[in-house]
Amino acid sequence: MTTAHTLAGGAPAAPELPQAQEARATGFARFWQRGQGFLPTLIAFVLLLGMLIYAEIAYGRVFHAGTMSDLLAGAAPMLILAVGMTIVIISAGIDLSVGAVVAFSSVAGVMIMNLGVGGWLGVLLMVAFGALFGLASGVMVQHFNVQPFIATLAMMFLARGLASMLTTDVVRAPEGSPFEWLATKWKIYDGPKVNDFTVTPGLLIAVVVVIAAMYFMHRTRMGRTVYGIGESESSAQLMGLPVARTRVWIYIISGASAGLAAVVYTASVQGSARNVTGLGWELDAIAAVVIGGTLLTGGAGYVLGSVIGVLVLQTLRLIITKDGTIDPQYLTIITGAVLLAFVLLQRVLVRKRSQT
Amino acid sequence: MSRVAALLRTPWFWALVGIVVLLVINTIKDPGYLAIGVNPNTGMMTGNVLDILRVSAPIILISIGMTFVIATEGIDLSVGSMMAVGGAAAMQTLSTLAEPNSVPAMLQAIGLAVLIAAVLGALNGILISVVGLQPFITTLVMMMAARGIARVITGGQNTNARNEPFRLLANGQIFGIPTGFVIAVVIVALVAVLMRRTALGLMIEAIGINPQASRLAGIRPRPILIAVYVLAAVLASLAGVLNVAEVMTVNPSSTGNLLEMDAILAVVIGGTSLAGGKFSIIGSTLGALLIATLNKTVVFLGVPSAATPAFKAVVIIALVLLQSERIRSLVLGRKKPQSTAPVAPAAATQDSKEVVA
Repeated sequence: MTTAHTLAGGAPAAPELPQAQEARATGFARFWQRGQGFLPTLIAFVLLLGMLIYAEIAYGRVFHAGTMSDLLAGAAPMLILAVGMTIVIISAGIDLSVGAVVAFSSVAGVMIMNLGVGGWLGVLLMVAFGALFGLASGVMVQHFNVQPFIATLAMMFLARGLASMLTTDVVRAPEGSPFEWLATKWKIYDGPKVNDFTVTPGLLIAVVVVIAAMYFMHRTRMGRTVYGIGESESSAQLMGLPVARTRVWIYIISGASAGLAAVVYTASVQGSARNVTGLGWELDAIAAVVIGGTLLTGGAGYVLGSVIGVLVLQTLRLIITKDGTIDPQYLTIITGAVLLAFVLLQRVLVRKRSQT
Repeated sequence: MSRVAALLRTPWFWALVGIVVLLVINTIKDPGYLAIGVNPNTGMMTGNVLDILRVSAPIILISIGMTFVIATEGIDLSVGSMMAVGGAAAMQTLSTLAEPNSVPAMLQAIGLAVLIAAVLGALNGILISVVGLQPFITTLVMMMAARGIARVITGGQNTNARNEPFRLLANGQIFGIPTGFVIAVVIVALVAVLMRRTALGLMIEAIGINPQASRLAGIRPRPILIAVYVLAAVLASLAGVLNVAEVMTVNPSSTGNLLEMDAILAVVIGGTSLAGGKFSIIGSTLGALLIATLNKTVVFLGVPSAATPAFKAVVIIALVLLQSERIRSLVLGRKKPQSTAPVAPAAATQDSKEVVA
């Protein structure tokens, strides 16, 4: 459709009224072009609304301030992870280490706080640990030509193993750690009974991360370079874009966001940390990114799409708990089926659009 | 280009070095590590090395399946769950049969396990080749779904059964060598003959190099892709059978958990690139053996098994860095462009040698 339209609108227009015709055509074509890229994300958004409406009709009490604030607060760590993952995937890479990095960061952070390091310094260190793992992946990928899948798989094993070496028990943060403040619920809207709309600082951090990532990806040189690398690395190199530096930074950002997710998650579980935290979270994050319409082949996608993807997964969980009759054995089958339905639907719709 | 340098460039050479280094470490810790004795009670051969061979069998099987998937530029994250499906199907069949302690019962159990896995593998292949979904996300979905299917098969419980021939698959010995390992090697040999004596292997590599070009050259990618995913699933279900036969119990939540990552590692250690287009059966087998040796070594050295992943990470990082051009040119003291040109023919002869082997 895109090519057909530009051919029909652009080519015959040239001899007669180049000015007016071209303006109209490019205006529409540009809109269409954007629509093409945005379509999968839009579909995901519509499906998310559909799921929420279904849950409201079937079980009730979904569009309630209380339910919504729980939904959002529960999604905060995954939102931060998904943002980092989106940036990596847009650069045609992948980061399998984030779940294990969350485990290491939270265990190491809590233990450091127990040793008497000041609370906020400990939080900062947690983010720094994540960034260090990211740096290691980035250097391996960029400078030693290791495939991202393998480099981050190695980091996944390393982070998980180190976390298990530190402890295999539950460790708890000391009294008065910043986690307590991060988990406080601020009442934004005081509804009747328990139906309040509350916001935790952890959720606000997630929102800030999302907005910062959107600014980074769309308004900064490095963000546009990420898209360039994902589209075609050699072209980006030939254009003189700083591919090497950007690539290392991409993994540092992903690692740091895993560290930050560890902070938010640890706060949400009252400052306790375990070495088995975050098993399989990297796959959840990847699934959220894919649901949001980002291609695993890189070069296209939106941070906002991944936000929708995380909310879809969270809503699915909400529906399963609300339903309560679903056999636990079928849980992973249902999650898999919904994920498959999303991907299939996007595939069918996008293909249809591009054919007509 | 000397023969030694060519050997240094062979990726699986480093896997072999890794195995030897680990065995040497173990021998330093306990000089009798490599000794092989006979257990007077059972008359069976015992020894740490035989133990490594025994536990390596399932990893070898899933790694071989993964090798061909990766050669087509795909990936199969579902093999670990597929092991659970295979194990669950076999155990459930044995526990419901009227006469469980017989060879026909064993064959029936294994047949059903393979059949279910083949159907799921075909589903993977169809979604990837016909519908055109990405292998990563398709098999991720299958990873979740198959884990659930395994739970549904056993009703969420750990199923156990008694069947002597089935148990001997994992615990028996043929001339002192663990039966499971013998089975794995026979299957690897059969697959190697199928791939290298027919054009199938070349076609798989062609699809991995360039799907469009291979289609224009007259290769139909769909049946081959489906076959590759079916093969991966079937081998994984057999690995699951060997895995559950060891203790005659299946735990649908933990059987094969995270083993897909081990399989991918084994394949990469063996020198098959994730970019597709090339595979090494010997390499993947050695990679699987390295992982089995590593698992056993960590336990032998008295490190808590929860920390095993860290040692795996160290070995992977060491191996991928050894395989990287930058380190190699540093070590061999040559610049990159000079070394690639003369080495290309050497690498080619190496490949053709593998074909013969």
